[in-house]
Amino acid sequence: MIEFREVHKWFGDLHVLNDINLKVHHGERVVVCGPSGSGKSTLIRCINRLEQHERGEILVDGTAVSDSRQAMLDVRRDIGMVFQQFNLFPHMSVLENLKLGPIRALGVSQDDATSRARKYLERVKIPEQADKLPAQLSGGQQQRVAIARSLCMEPKVMLFDEPTSALDPEMISEVLDTMIELADEGMTMVCVTHEMGFAKRVADNVIFMDEGRIVESGAPAEFFDNPRNERTREFLEKIIAH
Amino acid sequence: MKNRLYCFLIVLPVCLVLAGCANSDKMGWYVINPMLKKGRINIEFLLSGVGWTIALTLACVTLAFIIGFAVSLAGISESRPVNWAYRIYVEIFRSIPPLVSILWVYYGLPVLMGADLNPFVSATIALSLYGSGFIAEILRGGVQSVARGQFEAADSIGLTRFDKLRYVVLPQAIRRSLPALGNQVVIMLKMSSLAAFIGVAEVVRRANELSVTEYRPLEIYTFLVLEYLVLVLVVSWGIRRLEKRLGADERHAGGGSTGSHGQTQ
Ligand SMILES: Nc1ncnc2c1ncn2[C@@H]1O[C@H](COP(=O)(O)OP(=O)(O)OP(=O)(O)O)[C@@H](O)[C@H]1O
Ligand SMILES: [Mg+2]
Repeated sequence: MIEFREVHKWFGDLHVLNDINLKVHHGERVVVCGPSGSGKSTLIRCINRLEQHERGEILVDGTAVSDSRQAMLDVRRDIGMVFQQFNLFPHMSVLENLKLGPIRALGVSQDDATSRARKYLERVKIPEQADKLPAQLSGGQQQRVAIARSLCMEPKVMLFDEPTSALDPEMISEVLDTMIELADEGMTMVCVTHEMGFAKRVADNVIFMDEGRIVESGAPAEFFDNPRNERTREFLEKIIAH
Repeated sequence: MKNRLYCFLIVLPVCLVLAGCANSDKMGWYVINPMLKKGRINIEFLLSGVGWTIALTLACVTLAFIIGFAVSLAGISESRPVNWAYRIYVEIFRSIPPLVSILWVYYGLPVLMGADLNPFVSATIALSLYGSGFIAEILRGGVQSVARGQFEAADSIGLTRFDKLRYVVLPQAIRRSLPALGNQVVIMLKMSSLAAFIGVAEVVRRANELSVTEYRPLEIYTFLVLEYLVLVLVVSWGIRRLEKRLGADERHAGGGSTGSHGQTQ
């Protein structure tokens, strides 16, 4: 589904991605964690080309992520992305936020887009907010709208970049519950998150990054209970002590 | 607060006019006294410029917006050479004083073209090019003020570059630019007065002509000030209404970070 082959990326002198090799299979849930600045966001943003990698190859469903504009539109239409800061369109109602992609990018008709939007709002449990503006919703609701906006594209993969770290603690669980449901339905997911409870619950594979490298990866049971890498151990101790 | 200010602005000149009707030897309001036949004829003459002022302003503003918008697209293009072309355009047209560009177009351009241009057309060309540079800069600034996350969200749902601008970026950019754009419209209204130099029969030209025959500059130019005051007030009122209508549905920019970055285990 997604494959990184010896991927490198630099920001000036900073080697943000250093020889990344990674496979995400269809239906697999991968959680990415690691200290701040280790390149987690950069890693997942390379998948839909919000960042460009400089060496190596990234394949999404067999298509190489590249400069080709049309190929990237196609790749992006198959990949949903949820951001830390929600990034809803503030000048559009919730419903319009959800309909824009299907109508403009997928060529779905107005009516179909509306019923699709309502279906996914129902799915994230806020059907009654359809006509409000994003600014009128709580953070947790905004993030669920953002998830629904991605789902409306009926993507093959969902990427999450710290979806709960801008939220007040009492809103985190509503967003995590939505994500767990998605996982249970079999969605392929790549999540950058420090929510270790979530990772244990849904992840098939947990990846630990440090200084641009993947230093450890494995099934959550193994990863949490018996980390082999020194850095991973330190990191987990910090997070659990928190 | 605002209303009181406007009342003051309107009442003050009216008082001046009334005071002047006493006809001291300094004031001679008879030239524009609507009770006198002569005053009425003069007023009519002065007001006959208003139509030209409005027409010229409308033409310049419309053209400047169209050109400025097109040019601003070059300013936000991802191509370096296009950005450079944009910079050159903006720097050139912003740095020529508007009067100079009017004179250049009216007296200079016909030499190149080998055909005369009428004053109205010349002034329209010169002033709309001048204004377009400013409008392009305002719009480019508006686009740059839109958060990066908005571009990324639009990219992530696979919008084309055109759709991203059309549906996500420009609506937000234009809303934010409205106060500055409104300001620009007022500036262009006032700048239309420069067309008097090449003989467009707008309000300043009319006032000059009457002033020369009547020798009453104080009264006539006071009337001119009032004409502009009314025109500008009408324009500002229109702009504020537009701002309200467009701004009503965007409280504040989304993204709502709630601050706490707690990592709960
Ligand atoms: N556009 C950019 N230009 C230059 N440096 C950048 C840019 N984006 C990120 N970086 C740097 O690259 C490094 C990795 O960034 P990245 O956002 O991928 O880290 P992260 O693991 O997601 O961290 P966090 O947990 O803080 O989100 C950081 O040191 C960051 O400062
Ligand atoms: Mg990050």
